[in-house]
Amino acid sequence: MRALVAMSGGVDSSVAAALMIEQGLDVIGVTLKQWEAADGSMPVAGCCTLSDAEDARRVAAQLDIPYYVLDYVEEFTAAVVEPFAEGYLNGLTPNPCIECNRRVRFSALLDRTKELDCDILVTGHHARVEDHDGVFRLRTAVDGSKDQSYVLHMLDQFALSKIRLPVGEITKSDVRAKAAEMGLRTASKPDSQDICFVTSGDYRDFLAQRHPEVAAPGDILDVNGDVIGEHKGTAGFTIGQRKGIGVAVGSARYVVDIAPRAQTITIGTYRDLLTDRCLVDEMSFTDLAPPSGETVGVKIRYRSDPVAATIVGTGDRWEFRFDDPQARPAPGQSLVMYDGEFVLGGGIVVDDRSPAHSVQ
Amino acid sequence: MYLDHAATTTMRPEAIAVLDDAFARFDGNASGIHSEARRAKNALEEARERAAALVGAERPHDVIFVGSGTESDNLAVMGGAFASGRKTVAVSPIEHKAVIGSAHALKRFGFSVVELGVTRDGVVALPVDVLASAGTLALVSLMLVNNEIGTIQPVADLAAEIKASDSKVLIHTDAVQAFNSEDVSLMSTGADLLTLASHKVGGPKGVGLLALAPGVRVDPIIHGGGQEAGRRAGTHNVAGVLAMVAAMQASHGDRERFSSAISAERDAFEKAIIAGLPTAVVTAHQSKRVPHISHIRFPGVLAETLLIRLDQAGISASAGSACQSGAVEPSHVLDAVGFTTEASGECIRFSFGWDSPPGVGAIAAVTVLSVIGVS
Repeated sequence: MRALVAMSGGVDSSVAAALMIEQGLDVIGVTLKQWEAADGSMPVAGCCTLSDAEDARRVAAQLDIPYYVLDYVEEFTAAVVEPFAEGYLNGLTPNPCIECNRRVRFSALLDRTKELDCDILVTGHHARVEDHDGVFRLRTAVDGSKDQSYVLHMLDQFALSKIRLPVGEITKSDVRAKAAEMGLRTASKPDSQDICFVTSGDYRDFLAQRHPEVAAPGDILDVNGDVIGEHKGTAGFTIGQRKGIGVAVGSARYVVDIAPRAQTITIGTYRDLLTDRCLVDEMSFTDLAPPSGETVGVKIRYRSDPVAATIVGTGDRWEFRFDDPQARPAPGQSLVMYDGEFVLGGGIVVDDRSPAHSVQ
Repeated sequence: MYLDHAATTTMRPEAIAVLDDAFARFDGNASGIHSEARRAKNALEEARERAAALVGAERPHDVIFVGSGTESDNLAVMGGAFASGRKTVAVSPIEHKAVIGSAHALKRFGFSVVELGVTRDGVVALPVDVLASAGTLALVSLMLVNNEIGTIQPVADLAAEIKASDSKVLIHTDAVQAFNSEDVSLMSTGADLLTLASHKVGGPKGVGLLALAPGVRVDPIIHGGGQEAGRRAGTHNVAGVLAMVAAMQASHGDRERFSSAISAERDAFEKAIIAGLPTAVVTAHQSKRVPHISHIRFPGVLAETLLIRLDQAGISASAGSACQSGAVEPSHVLDAVGFTTEASGECIRFSFGWDSPPGVGAIAAVTVLSVIGVS
């Protein structure tokens, strides 16, 4: 059996490749080059940097497997970078890693898996794929603190039938121990945090270059529409944000609305932020769609636990009603449905500010 | 099967023998005053004499040893432009990145850069006469053989045309891919500055030369100890230079055999590919080409993955130019000769070398066709 291993240059995918070799598979390593600087060079900061590709190449050499870099700059720019910038212009808080997985990374890698006569695709994500009598289920990682099942929710049965996630079966410390034991140069490399195409400074500078209006100063309003301060650009804010707003009004205030074209943000109390429902677009399912009326666990932020919600609408746009009111999820982020540890599917949170549904 | 000789070719045994010997015998710094230095310096100057003869330089002094073909291109374009006193350079769009990059670097020094047009056959179309007649043009760089598609540029004709308008314009030619099969000399090309790289002719990597026509001056772009008559600083790589010149001599002596034998392999290869896959198109097949480069478009087949599958099947070839990450990038050369991005992404360069065995063309074609799935 032959495996295509997506190697990012990090410790997880390095170990994933090593584990596949140990299992006796023929392994080909690839890195997707997704972003480059204006002069065509690879970024030196962020996650998909030149040194990351070099790390991947050297790990591949150490493991004695063929290794290639594939050029996806054009696809990635069109499907991820432009919508990312565009999203902020529409008051969204996009998650570029999820959009990349949904629109570029997995379809590209699965195509290459087939073209290169490989039987399976292997990545270094912390999650599990299990075969339940021919139904492939996506499950949270053994190491709950490193679980990445949230960012993989868009995988369907075909994808899951081809994908293996070997490091999801072990803890992160075991991954590092394994890498150290094998002498892999990535053993103690820190986890990447940054957005891969933001190469200098933070994402606000990146956005400011593309869409100056989201970096322009504007008014901070209260829920009654009165001006109570000034901000340095709407791109610096996300719905639900509490810190760094720059207005002191005695008690805690949260961002409850962002209007990039008017260049205003609105702040309110935690109560102003609460909602009992969530609308979601672009739903996809790991297997069958759950029926309306079913109560599922929904994760509305990457690093928070699932909360109970009931499916109340299942058209083009799905509607969920939370059992307990929740701080409104930021439009553009993903809502992912769970049945216990198993991922059912998910989609993109859309703006929902109909007053009838906010909890007053 | 190694079919990437245009990227780098096998070292010739003559060069390997010289390297081993030179490391042992000429260990001195050629710039010193003692006996070890003199021995090294003497070997270096003998090599310079032989190199000058091989490229038709009038005096040995007109050969400058440098660290690579890229450095030679940089020295020619930048050093030539600096020395000329004029402020415009013109480059063809199918030049190597070393030439294009040097020309663009000159902008920082107040130069203007003119990019010339090119026909679909990869031959430069000249508006240069206009520029030349204005008396502002410092230098024109025209590649003798294109490294991707293998076309031979009529540099001598173009040079004569330019010189007729203005005899002061310097002509640089990058002849890196030409030396194994073509008559490469300052006279035959009409060039004032001529670039060669050691590892393309069977010498070691990390050495190159720039040959100058009589009276042509370049300003140094690497500063330091004044080696190479003040034109290229840095301690001499004596062993590397000796091995390069040995490889040049071997290649020169092998030219006739190379041309006929490698043409035969290339023709057999292309014929078999077209017979098996009639949609395949050999780039510039009606143009004058060097024998060792075969650039083929396989419509509907993505070069990026085909290269990997070929590698898996034991054939080393290339496409476009590899960027620093190792990804295959769209080729500026193919773009210039009118390929769409899609077409350019379906092209592979196969290149043969002095040690390609008889029959390799036909055998390689069988493997390529079977990898594509049409055997």
